[in-house]
Amino acid sequence: MFDTNELVLNMGPQHPSTHGVLRVVLRLDGEKVVDADVVIGYLHRGIEKLSENRNWTQIILLTDRMDYVAAATNNVGYCETVEKLMAIEVPRRARYVRTILCELQRIASHCLWVGTHAMDIGAMTVFLYAFRERELILDLFEEFCGARLTYNSMRIGGLPLDLPPGWDKKVLQFCDIMESKVTEYEELLTHNRIWRERTKGIGLISGADAVALGLSGPPLRGSGVPRDVRKDEPYAAYDEMQFDVPVGTAGDTYDRYLVRMEEFRQSIRIIRQATEGIPEGPIVGKVPRLIKPAAGETYHAIESPKGELGYFIVSDGKSTNPYRFRVRPPSFCNLQGLRPLIKGHLIADVVALIGSLDVVLGEVDR
Amino acid sequence: MVDLFVIPLLKIVIVLNATLVAVSYLVLLERKVIAWAQSRLGPMRVGPYGILQPIADAVKLMIKEDITPARADKWVFTAAPIISMVPALIVYAVIPFGPVVNLFGRHVSLYIADINVGLLYIVSVASVGVYGIILAGYASNSKFPLLASLRASAQLISYEVAVTLTLVSVILMSGSLSMVSIVRAQESSHLWYAFAQPLAFVIFIIGSLAETNRAPFDMPEAEQELTGGFHTEYSGMRFALFFLAEYANMIVVSSVATTLFLGGWLRPFPNVALLGFLDIVPSWTWFLIKSFFFLYVFIWIRATLPRYRYDQLMRIGWKVLIPMAIANLLVTGILKVVFM
Amino acid sequence: MGEAIAFYVIAACILGFAVLVISTKDTVHSVLFLVLDFLFVAALYVLLGAQFLAAIQILVYAGGIVVLYLFVVMLVNLKRPPEAHADPHRKTMLGFGLAAAVLAELAAVAVYSANVPARPIVEAAAVPVTGNTEVVGWMLYTSYLIPFEIASMLLLVAMIGAIVLAKREL
Repeated sequence: MFDTNELVLNMGPQHPSTHGVLRVVLRLDGEKVVDADVVIGYLHRGIEKLSENRNWTQIILLTDRMDYVAAATNNVGYCETVEKLMAIEVPRRARYVRTILCELQRIASHCLWVGTHAMDIGAMTVFLYAFRERELILDLFEEFCGARLTYNSMRIGGLPLDLPPGWDKKVLQFCDIMESKVTEYEELLTHNRIWRERTKGIGLISGADAVALGLSGPPLRGSGVPRDVRKDEPYAAYDEMQFDVPVGTAGDTYDRYLVRMEEFRQSIRIIRQATEGIPEGPIVGKVPRLIKPAAGETYHAIESPKGELGYFIVSDGKSTNPYRFRVRPPSFCNLQGLRPLIKGHLIADVVALIGSLDVVLGEVDR
Repeated sequence: MVDLFVIPLLKIVIVLNATLVAVSYLVLLERKVIAWAQSRLGPMRVGPYGILQPIADAVKLMIKEDITPARADKWVFTAAPIISMVPALIVYAVIPFGPVVNLFGRHVSLYIADINVGLLYIVSVASVGVYGIILAGYASNSKFPLLASLRASAQLISYEVAVTLTLVSVILMSGSLSMVSIVRAQESSHLWYAFAQPLAFVIFIIGSLAETNRAPFDMPEAEQELTGGFHTEYSGMRFALFFLAEYANMIVVSSVATTLFLGGWLRPFPNVALLGFLDIVPSWTWFLIKSFFFLYVFIWIRATLPRYRYDQLMRIGWKVLIPMAIANLLVTGILKVVFM
Repeated sequence: MGEAIAFYVIAACILGFAVLVISTKDTVHSVLFLVLDFLFVAALYVLLGAQFLAAIQILVYAGGIVVLYLFVVMLVNLKRPPEAHADPHRKTMLGFGLAAAVLAELAAVAVYSANVPARPIVEAAAVPVTGNTEVVGWMLYTSYLIPFEIASMLLLVAMIGAIVLAKREL
């Protein structure tokens, strides 16, 4: 009746559930996915090449647009890399503010993740709730730097603006609201039988395999590997913060979900500590008027909400533009895990898995 | 003469019109309820608070271009949405909205017909509704909608078994297949069957969620994003008919649940004279309140729960609901013999 | 009078659709005409006062069995165009001969039963319940219990057979 040849199904670049312009070509045997070919590049804008024609400060604008869901994190990573190359010291106040902004971004990114992941699996209400909280964060950012999505909120050596008065009180208020809302999301999902059946055992990967694939962030920590750049190689003000890194056990979609839900709470904890302990002082360090690093290269990584975000820059010492600007995006490396993880699962699990890896195509394609 | 033709005809006209209006406003209700559950407002622009939205939707769908695929089977293509809609409407012939009342000096029964196999009629008519989905997928003349429609109809047929078994438990309790007698039996036994048969009630609700393709069992509708569901090729009024048929089925299921499990038109505690003041609310209003409660619960469930994968859905139908329904039937039968 | 009109109309529809079942070229149409046939047979049952049987006819036959016919026909039909169903080797004369034989047998049975007085199948007074469904139930569970149980055994065997045939690994 049915031919037992494999069916090729195209989840095209325009698709409601692929979180951007991602194309997955599935080879199916009945309902089971035999193989998956991930085609990327639909959002390639040439950011790395464009950077070679921009000076070091202008590149901050471009970095916003890679992981557009968590733009401030990109900014921080880039600025810290240049500061590392030029050995610029960032004042303590600036480092604290950077930490607060990074953690607010982590919460905002995870809000978007939980909303879209839940909606793909059918729980549409969580999407609206998560975006309601994300709006609060975007309002905070708008008050700080004037933009809601692409902030351009860092400068090499510190920040362009100091915090507006009363901003830290609003941040603390937000933390209180957010804690109760995270409990709300968990009530809707964590112990829900349908949610567990849709996410437990999907996309299982062991810790060793995850390391071999180059995963980072929650996909790596969900498999039991306790690697977090904030703990292992602290940057900004993380060495002065007290927080835990949630680590999963089984390495399936449910564990990755639990890891990110706990990261919500840890981020709130960090924000509270940083906001309450923020020191007075200058907001930007001693930076030369013209930023022209000496010849050399460096690599620096930070923990973005998606995973380990790394920047490799090469300066030739002669011009005000970088010689080479290379990004190690976490979504790109995590997306490599889609193909081995999806084998053997059903079509309906593909969207659950893409949501679990939390990819942003802006980062993957640059 | 009047009693034989005019009054039933009048009843049919009233019931059909009321049902069609109710179905379109049920769409609005769902949009509003889900919106309020999601911290937003829903349709607000068309008419005060969005009241006229269903009319706008109906006009829009009616003036849309009617596209028929070139190589599709024209008769079947046109018949499929009709076959989907008609069973949902003709079930109302046996649903009792109230007892015999005195209207304008005549004894008028608030139901169109009371046949002695009323419940069986409902089940058999519902089983014919499956053809609409199968034919829609077939008429689209391509492999994916056909397979999607076969899966959707397989889901419907599987859950029909569980639902019918729970109905048999109700028949055992009431001793009759006629819908009016079932309500009378609940009245005389002083107990709504939702409390006498809680397991059957729960299985009926879950089974009817799956029968009407509602969340959390709406994977055939959601998977359309991936593989093109059974109504891919439909547009305009034909698509509207499918859409309305789904909501009409929801209302049918709520009405049947009300009649069988919540005492139909009876007010709470019909035999307690102390609560006689509740009689100012007419019988059909109680019926509508109870049906509305079910509809609200269905919409609430859709706003809250994620959806099951298709294989998990079928597993629940066959491996969980059917054994539980059979066990419930067994226990009901044994208890009935022991205590009669 | 009204009953006679109703009977003849329904019977004409049944025969008409039955002819369409075998004469139409498209297999799916053929199955759909069969469904219509079953619905009209159910109407005939209602006319005869067997409401339970009518509902069961629709529920089981039209709503269950023919649905599965339709599944199979649709899945097979995907590959063959309607023209492939015309069989050049059809033996028309043999068909006519067999149909004439069946007609002769029916005529013989009709003549025989017209000359022999009819015996009631069931003594109406022997059944202590009234109402169509109740009488059917009573007869099924007392006089015809063994055929009923054998029929359910048959269905169980068929179900198990279908599962064994369809499963890839047990």
